[in-house]
Amino acid sequence: MSETVELHGCPVVDSLGQTVVHVPREAYLDVVKALADDGYTMCVDLTGVDYLERPARTLPAGIAAERFEVVVNLLDMRARRRLRLRVQVPAEDAVLPTLFDLHPGTEAMEREVFDMFGVAFTEHPDLTRILMPEDWIGHPLRKDYDVGRIPVQFKGANS
Amino acid sequence: MATDFYERSVAGTDEGDQQLRPRSEQTAKELLREVGSVLRMSEAEAALLGDLPDDPDDDQTMIINMGPQHPSTHGVLRLMLELQGETVLRCKPIIGYLHTGMEKTGEQLTYAQGGTNVTRMDYLSPLANELVFSMATEKLLGIDGDIPDRAVWIRMLLAELNRMSSHLLFMATNGMDLGAVSMMIYGWREREEVLRFFQEVTGLRMNHNYIRPGGLAADLPPRWRDGVLRILDMLPDRLDEYDVLMTGQPIWRERLQGVGVITPSEALALGATGPILRSTGVEWDLRRDQPYLHYDEMEFDVVVGSYGDAFDRYAIRLAEIRESMKIVHQILDKMPAGDYRIQDKKVTPPPRARIDESMEALIHHFKIFTEGFKVPEGEVYVGIESPRGEIGCYIVSDGSANPYRMHMRDPSFVNIQCLPHMMRGGLVADAVAVISSVDPVLGGVDR
Repeated sequence: MSETVELHGCPVVDSLGQTVVHVPREAYLDVVKALADDGYTMCVDLTGVDYLERPARTLPAGIAAERFEVVVNLLDMRARRRLRLRVQVPAEDAVLPTLFDLHPGTEAMEREVFDMFGVAFTEHPDLTRILMPEDWIGHPLRKDYDVGRIPVQFKGANS
Repeated sequence: MATDFYERSVAGTDEGDQQLRPRSEQTAKELLREVGSVLRMSEAEAALLGDLPDDPDDDQTMIINMGPQHPSTHGVLRLMLELQGETVLRCKPIIGYLHTGMEKTGEQLTYAQGGTNVTRMDYLSPLANELVFSMATEKLLGIDGDIPDRAVWIRMLLAELNRMSSHLLFMATNGMDLGAVSMMIYGWREREEVLRFFQEVTGLRMNHNYIRPGGLAADLPPRWRDGVLRILDMLPDRLDEYDVLMTGQPIWRERLQGVGVITPSEALALGATGPILRSTGVEWDLRRDQPYLHYDEMEFDVVVGSYGDAFDRYAIRLAEIRESMKIVHQILDKMPAGDYRIQDKKVTPPPRARIDESMEALIHHFKIFTEGFKVPEGEVYVGIESPRGEIGCYIVSDGSANPYRMHMRDPSFVNIQCLPHMMRGGLVADAVAVISSVDPVLGGVDR
């Protein structure tokens, strides 16, 4: 596990043959920008993971595990290669800068992460819930959000 | 600004309005940002575009709702349109009406059960959903190279037939949306032939749960070749009829050409994939550019357009049906004999016959179907070409029998962001043609 490969100063690991870059939150925007200049011009996917139940997990040296992780999949069409970024986002300050100005296609994806995990994206043009109703309370894909917590009530049923 | 967002997210109750706000409530910067950032322009450049009336007042424009029940919405899509007369100035798709938390459900189901869940997401290409989920799971298990050849070829056969059935349905709905109602009947009729074959093979017309981690649920039925050949014999003539009915027809062309134009740079910036990206002339098809299964052994063309309009997207899908038929012909020649699932005791339940005679087999069978199989720790993303573009599956495994996190990157969800850019400056009467040409499946958008 003594990988020393680095990309723009961020540790690179291999996950089942796929390249994964662990990016510190402070460098996130700059690294994505630098990667776009390297050819990774398309952001295919942006999603989140709540590691509430798995605080201890294997991460490269220098990367401290936090509760949330935002995972970004980038694509270099010319060289036909893919890259995955993993960014640690602490629960007490769940904020990341938006990628909207670099990859406008992340607009809906960031809204989904915000909706589902409560990770906010600063400077996002329209940070509202996207899948849940606007008055919903809580973020459903968080691990402390129980399944079936909302009681189903039927009109006119005898309880 | 940052703290403002943060406080709102912690309170978790008021994330704000999803609606399209009136022009007067948005700053000029916000309005320009909608356009400028996608076109990679500075604000000044975007302002010089000049194909929109300069800053109309609120009383000249009107914001109307289209949907969520409009028949052309392919599900429950709601669009808010800002109109000036009949010109669409802005548009905002509002989604979530079909959201059922399938990614959350996926965390409660084992990998063996996961197929039943994902197959219901994009319900017009269920086999692509199952395929990408199975491929991701197999990669985590480390058995992705050991899937028997016959299973891989059958997967390809079904994936291509599914592409055909999905595009045939597009032909039907696109016709219906544009008033070619007889086309709707023809498209559904041909699609039904393909679904009938799926029913013979998988037992169900849709939501098959046929492609599973480790292989397939069952082998092809004895007379499967006849079923495929019947489709392949029937389709070419029917597709020629479509050409007569639509492609060469002046009304059809007038209705679609130059409508909903999107440029290559816009499509790439918005993350659009599939026929939308290809309609702009960008040759990108994962089957050719990042081949999976045995697509590298297949002869087929990646069809691209040149104008990025609704007609190109229609023509590409029609041509892709023909390309898929080409691939299916080759698969018929190459289909090997062999096993249809991996003989790995960890993921494959014992054959039915052995359950009657062996207690161990019975226990083993019971355990796989109640507890599921454990998948080693790790995380993986697999992307394949579905009829609508790149469908991706990101799975995080914690070593248990359930995925810790299962995310589907659905092409419709991303592609639907193109709508505001395709509709901008167009007529409201063309809005339906534009929605239709994006071919979104709301089951996939909302998951």
